Amino acid sequence: MTDMPVGERRQLAPPAVDTGAFGWVRKNLFSSWGNGLTTIVLALAFGWLLSWFLHWALFTATFSAATGAECRGGGACWALIREKYRYIFFGSFPYEQHWRPLFAVIAMLAMLILSSDRRMWNKRLLLIWGVGSFVTFLLMFGQIHIPLGLILFVALAVGGLGMILRGTLGTAAEVNGWRALAAIGAVGLVLRLFGVLPSWSLAIAPLSYVETGLWGGLPVTLILATYGLLFAFPFGILLALGRRSNLPLIKGLCVGFIELIRGVPLISLLIMASVMLPLFLPSGTTIDKFLRAQVAVILFAGAYIAEVIRGGLQSLPKGQFEAADAMGLNYPQKTLLIILPQALRVVIPPLINTFIGFFKDTSLVLIIGIFDFLNTANQALVDPNWAGFPGEVYLFAAFVYFCFCFSMSRYSKHLEIELNKGTRR
Amino acid sequence: MAVETLGSRSPAKVSPWNDPVVRGWVFQIVVVGLVGLLAWFLVSNTVENLQRQKIASGFHYLEREAGFEIGDTMIAYSPASTYARAILVGLLNTLKVAVLGIFLSTILGTLIGVGRLSPNWLLAKVCEGYVEMFRNVPLLLWLFLIYKVISEAFPGPRQAIDVLSTFFLSNRGLYFPVPLASPVHAWMGLALLAGIAATVVMKRWARKRQDATGQPFPVIWAGFGLVLGLPLLVWLLGGAPHQMSWPELKGFNFEGGTVIQPEFTALLVGLVLYTSAFVAEIVRSGILALNKGQSEAAMAIGLSRAQVMRLVLLPQALRIIVPPMTSQYLNITKNSSLAIAIGYPDLVASVNVTINQTGQAIENILIIMAAYLSVSLSISAFMNWYNKRIALRER
Repeated sequence: MTDMPVGERRQLAPPAVDTGAFGWVRKNLFSSWGNGLTTIVLALAFGWLLSWFLHWALFTATFSAATGAECRGGGACWALIREKYRYIFFGSFPYEQHWRPLFAVIAMLAMLILSSDRRMWNKRLLLIWGVGSFVTFLLMFGQIHIPLGLILFVALAVGGLGMILRGTLGTAAEVNGWRALAAIGAVGLVLRLFGVLPSWSLAIAPLSYVETGLWGGLPVTLILATYGLLFAFPFGILLALGRRSNLPLIKGLCVGFIELIRGVPLISLLIMASVMLPLFLPSGTTIDKFLRAQVAVILFAGAYIAEVIRGGLQSLPKGQFEAADAMGLNYPQKTLLIILPQALRVVIPPLINTFIGFFKDTSLVLIIGIFDFLNTANQALVDPNWAGFPGEVYLFAAFVYFCFCFSMSRYSKHLEIELNKGTRR
Repeated sequence: MAVETLGSRSPAKVSPWNDPVVRGWVFQIVVVGLVGLLAWFLVSNTVENLQRQKIASGFHYLEREAGFEIGDTMIAYSPASTYARAILVGLLNTLKVAVLGIFLSTILGTLIGVGRLSPNWLLAKVCEGYVEMFRNVPLLLWLFLIYKVISEAFPGPRQAIDVLSTFFLSNRGLYFPVPLASPVHAWMGLALLAGIAATVVMKRWARKRQDATGQPFPVIWAGFGLVLGLPLLVWLLGGAPHQMSWPELKGFNFEGGTVIQPEFTALLVGLVLYTSAFVAEIVRSGILALNKGQSEAAMAIGLSRAQVMRLVLLPQALRIIVPPMTSQYLNITKNSSLAIAIGYPDLVASVNVTINQTGQAIENILIIMAAYLSVSLSISAFMNWYNKRIALRER
């Protein structure tokens, strides 16, 4: 703003240079006295902080040392990170097998990166996630046993879904195919339940078995967040649809669940999963601690995702629902073919933000004793040989978390602009 | 569902199987039945397991002696107190952190959000850096970092940093003198309340006067004077009791005075820094959502930048800001449960000790859920009331 009084006329001085670097500085840093003062104070403070940080982190830092005692130079002790980085990243996973979690992390990152490409948003995505998940868990566990019951259940589920969705749309041969698949699954499951079929399982065991108790570090954080969201997603969709339904009992159940979960902290759910879940199950059954945490994360995430998706459902014009009804589609067809594709498209950016939240929130599992990335960083501090350098380890961990979350939030912002191109005026 | 419109067109011809109302009820009964079956399965297992482990259910354990120490108590508590009291102490600590956190992060967040919109490039970038730095790293990590830095960087009580022999800063916390209890304090509290009430009345009067005459009244300074001045006056009238309890180094730690513990400091600072990054984004997007004409018009009538922000933009942005802010306030309250990780005795921490000592998992989890749900519901009820109050009254 110029301070020229309104209505006063005088000869204006020729304009100062307001283009180029000088003009930019004048406009953005020294446009007024207060502004200039702010700039100078901030620049001094920032410069002082930066020089102190560089002094600590670079100039007086120790980059290689055998123990913490050799690190008394006054600066940062990055030798600690150098010594412990494999523990921080992979936890207590058998040391000579560290390539397995490494490739599991690479597989998960590849899945995430491939899914971020919009050209992949079709059936290819299913293939990517199926293969990627299989590789990830095969590497982490080393051996996978798929029970016959599970295979039959998948056949039933896929066949049933095909029947519902394609029942009135597909050709007779296709529909019969889905029916056959569902029938095989259903009959097989019943036979299996009565003990006619043996308790056979498909064993894929190329590597040594590593139990979840030994898992740790980055793969644990990534698995908890990624698969937590992946399983919470359909659950959240069901909850959101239930909340929007006009069947009073269904609506009541869904609203109650969502509000209950959203009203309590994640920690209380994790504590519940660790102390109460064993009480809920028949005596003698034990559930893996890791799985318990994963279940808690899924329930928690489901409630939050449901609210995000509800926003998308509400943003659809009523005409879409009515048009689908007019076409004679049944409820599953209407929902899966007309409503959800449009509703989900709107909520992809907020869903990514939700995912960032879960990625950070998985750090809470350390309270029930699971070695996620933050917990392994924490444990690296316990070593008496390297006592006294918490700042270095936490900064390192913060940097890793920052890289993940920041890139995801940038992607979400980019996507928001991309997806809105068609509707922007 | 809209299917009903198809069905209700000719209800007489529809077979029960195709009647959407019948279908709806069948579906609901099946789902509720399945949920009930699951609940029955869980409950029956639980009952069986509890019997096998010989755990008596019920809340009688609450009256037993707790037997554990709590580091920070707002009400009288000793290990001889009951579990109920221990849990109450934890709840009060949770509320203390939540209320202070909400207050401080609103102020800091608003400043940073406004700072991001500053015409000063450097200030805007510093605020943006702050937001990105705190938003993209887990809160728990910040808490650990702050807590460890406090306990490692500050000296032990014997080498405490001595500020004017009044404040003693060590890794046990900040010790400072407090006035000894005196009956005058109760009256000072009353005077404070009276000062606040008088300020509210004065604000109304000042607004009325400004509406009538256009004369502004310095409400902020006068209110400041009333809120601080009245208790001071009472203190002077009450004979100015100035007996203080001074912190003194005895053995390995300080005695006397009062202390702000490092766990509390780390929790509060971490929560405020983290949440204010989110608050800043809410404030910024609230202001950006306003029509550009608003700030241009305000500047055109000659208001200063600060006045434009305070009198024109923020009051309007408030309407957009309040709903997402409510969920941030709820987040602070829920996130204060991370206290357990750095050893601050909040509700979850007290209850967790109780679970470990008594084995009464279900009752304790119910207590946690009931407590958080009622706190959350009260906050949302208050914010909804406030939201309604400031909502645009359209004619």
